Amino acid sequence: MVFRYELEGGNFSKAGHASSEIKKTLKQLSVDPRIIKRIVVALYEAEVNVVAHAWKGEVLAEVEANQITLTLRDEGPGIPDIPLAMQEGYSTASPAVRQMGFGAGMGLPNMKKNVDELEIESRVGVGTNVRMVTRFSGE
Amino acid sequence: MKVNELIEELNLTLFCGEAGVDNEIKGGYTCDLLSDVMGNIEEGMVWITMQTHQNVLAVASLKDAAAVLIVNGYEPDGEMREKTMEGAIPILGTKLSAFEASGIIYRLLHGK
Ligand SMILES: Nc1ncnc2c1ncn2[C@@H]1O[C@H](COP(=O)(O)OP(=O)(O)O)[C@@H](O)[C@H]1O
Ligand SMILES: [Mg+2]
Repeated sequence: MVFRYELEGGNFSKAGHASSEIKKTLKQLSVDPRIIKRIVVALYEAEVNVVAHAWKGEVLAEVEANQITLTLRDEGPGIPDIPLAMQEGYSTASPAVRQMGFGAGMGLPNMKKNVDELEIESRVGVGTNVRMVTRFSGE
Repeated sequence: MKVNELIEELNLTLFCGEAGVDNEIKGGYTCDLLSDVMGNIEEGMVWITMQTHQNVLAVASLKDAAAVLIVNGYEPDGEMREKTMEGAIPILGTKLSAFEASGIIYRLLHGK
């Protein structure tokens, strides 16, 4: 099964929609609730990053019998230094975004902690691709 | 303790999410940083915050929080109320500060 959701830069009312749909789908498939929680933490952070930092993007969720692959592609400024962006506390979020309680620089670290595989590819001025894989069978 | 018992004990305002007043409260988490709450709140906790926008609800429902308690007399914004109508997470309010509310709820839950 493949699901697709759209994201718009700056539109925080859409952030979380993909996560909540995927949560429902995985529940129906009787995936371990602890694993579902970890998947939605990572997906929510990834959605918020597109909304907070990019211009527009999409989520592709490929659900297979024993794993889920989440791909977020965006058109945006890209990430010039990925290892730096991965550091806890590093953030370029705007003051408005910070005021909402985002921009603590914990998003990418939260994603890394909560999935089995995380790959980030980015081109400055073009956009960013994030790919996350989680297996349903546990660690 | 159930959410409706907490509402009575602290004389809280119930803004929306009535469907969830029977949710059992297993603990609490106090923070205004959404990523921190996303990473650390556990199922069944009441989330104490002064954030009032709809993303609070997204985080609370993704993590199956028992309720959200908005402190300092703030109120949920229009979009947050609209979205809560559909769900079962009560959005509560109090004039107490986060410190006071957390202290009182801690004592109620842990009996000290
Ligand atoms: N999709 C993206 N497009 C452009 N920059 C991004 C993207 N995702 C993350 N970043 C950059 O990486 C930084 C760290 O991201 P993150 O850990 O999620 O923290 P936060 O979003 O709170 O700033 C961001 O502040 C931003 O500079
Ligand atoms: Mg982020």
